[in-house]
Amino acid sequence: MSIKETINSAKSGWMAGGGPEGDILLSSRVRVARNLKGYAFPHLLELEKAEQVIYAVQLALENQVLKDQANELEITRMSELSPLERQILVEKHLISPNLLTEYQKKALALRDDEVISIMINEEDHLRIQCLLPGLQLEKAWTLVNQIDDALEHTLDYAFSEDFGYLTACPTNVGTGMRASVMLHLPGLVMVDQVGAVLATISKLGFTVRGLYGEGTEALGNLFQLSNQVTLGHSEEEIINSLNSVTRQILTQERQARKALLHQRKDQLEDKVGRSYGLLKYAHMISSEEAMRRLSDVRLGVELQLITGPTSEQLTELMVMTRSSYLMHQREGKLNSMQLDVLRARTISTKLNQGG
Amino acid sequence: MLCEKCHERPATVHYTEIVNGHKAITHLCEVCAGQVQTGEFGFIPQINLPKILASLLSQSPSKQSFVTQTRQETSCPKCGTTESLFTQKGLLGCGDCYRHFEERLGPLMRRIHGSSSHAGKVPERTGGRAKVIKQIKEMKENLKQAVAREEFEQAAQLRDEIRELEQRLSGGENNEH
Ligand SMILES: [Zn+2]
Ligand SMILES: [Zn+2]
Repeated sequence: MSIKETINSAKSGWMAGGGPEGDILLSSRVRVARNLKGYAFPHLLELEKAEQVIYAVQLALENQVLKDQANELEITRMSELSPLERQILVEKHLISPNLLTEYQKKALALRDDEVISIMINEEDHLRIQCLLPGLQLEKAWTLVNQIDDALEHTLDYAFSEDFGYLTACPTNVGTGMRASVMLHLPGLVMVDQVGAVLATISKLGFTVRGLYGEGTEALGNLFQLSNQVTLGHSEEEIINSLNSVTRQILTQERQARKALLHQRKDQLEDKVGRSYGLLKYAHMISSEEAMRRLSDVRLGVELQLITGPTSEQLTELMVMTRSSYLMHQREGKLNSMQLDVLRARTISTKLNQGG
Repeated sequence: MLCEKCHERPATVHYTEIVNGHKAITHLCEVCAGQVQTGEFGFIPQINLPKILASLLSQSPSKQSFVTQTRQETSCPKCGTTESLFTQKGLLGCGDCYRHFEERLGPLMRRIHGSSSHAGKVPERTGGRAKVIKQIKEMKENLKQAVAREEFEQAAQLRDEIRELEQRLSGGENNEH
């Protein structure tokens, strides 16, 4: 699949589903930051030097060891893409918004299944990333580690004995590694325990992120958990502790879901059914409500309260119904009412054809 | 309230980040929030970063801030980054900055990470000394355990190997023990 084909398809590798603990854990991600010795960090890099960095990475990617391990990574300079195409790569989480500014200096290397990507000249010269469905942190780290080793055959990294891998921002220095999991926690939210659980976890050296609308519930009940510290611990230690804390949350979420099924089954079924009906037949829906309803239906599917849509379809809809994605589907500006109509139509089409 | 990211559209979504039990909220419009909404929040960390850095730096306990601590402002000889530029952007300019600002970065690292020394992976080909240092560290740990288990023969062997590595590290020129 070429980069253009990637841009045109709504699905991403991590949405494939079926990953371990996929009922609660949407995705696992590991990324490491690396910089080349002898070059200023990207924000100070002149155009010519930036191209040298891209070229050096391109040569390193042609290394046979790397090809054997990671298949081919196709490199694309941001200047080869239209503004719209670049924006869609952001929507698909394949590049960060950072790659849109001064795009002439930046590039993306991508494996065709979108599992492995390398952003070039983002905040650091290289951001090597692996994104897998479900709880697969060790596997993600192993893949990133192999690619990093293979690149280092050819590239001289900026590294210091004391500070480890040197990064533009000191919050990434050391391992340069950020590992994260994306959790869907409707059970804990419904039993009103999510705040307490996440606050506790944040004190153990992890960062918890969520997105909130006007209400108090996180949009779509989605939370991201990631390591806060990159210096002073080995990569394996970081992965292991994130893994164990994630497993604790999984246990708690499962307990919450079980409790809900036993004690509030009618209310739960009612909530799920109402949301499902609304998504199927609403003519207009805001993105906030869509996220909330999709989360309800996803829970219903996982608890086998309803049949029809798959978890993957619902995850995909959560991505597809964002305003920015819809806007780009139409290649133009829509007012918020038109967006709400388009969003409702997108969802109902998908759900009504599914079952 | 306007979106804190684009400063164009009204903020309707509140992005929350909890670190060490402290909540930091960023107010975003629907479009900017869309960039972080689902799948992976992955790329958001940069948003709150300057805020966090600034608060870390200004919290410096004994001597006010990172900037006022310095008598005269120095800049990195390689890339020209100054301390005030760093505190403003939250970014260093090049690898040499770490050496140039080492004294000031040490305490900052301990504040951010609770540590100021790397304990992770070392580059295979160019890791050189760092690789050996890491190996020695691991062997010293093994030595301690061997002594604790009273396996003196193994301990003696480990001690010899460590000494050999340490000599290799100092290049044989100055053997300080
Ligand atoms: Zn905005
Ligand atoms: Zn510098």
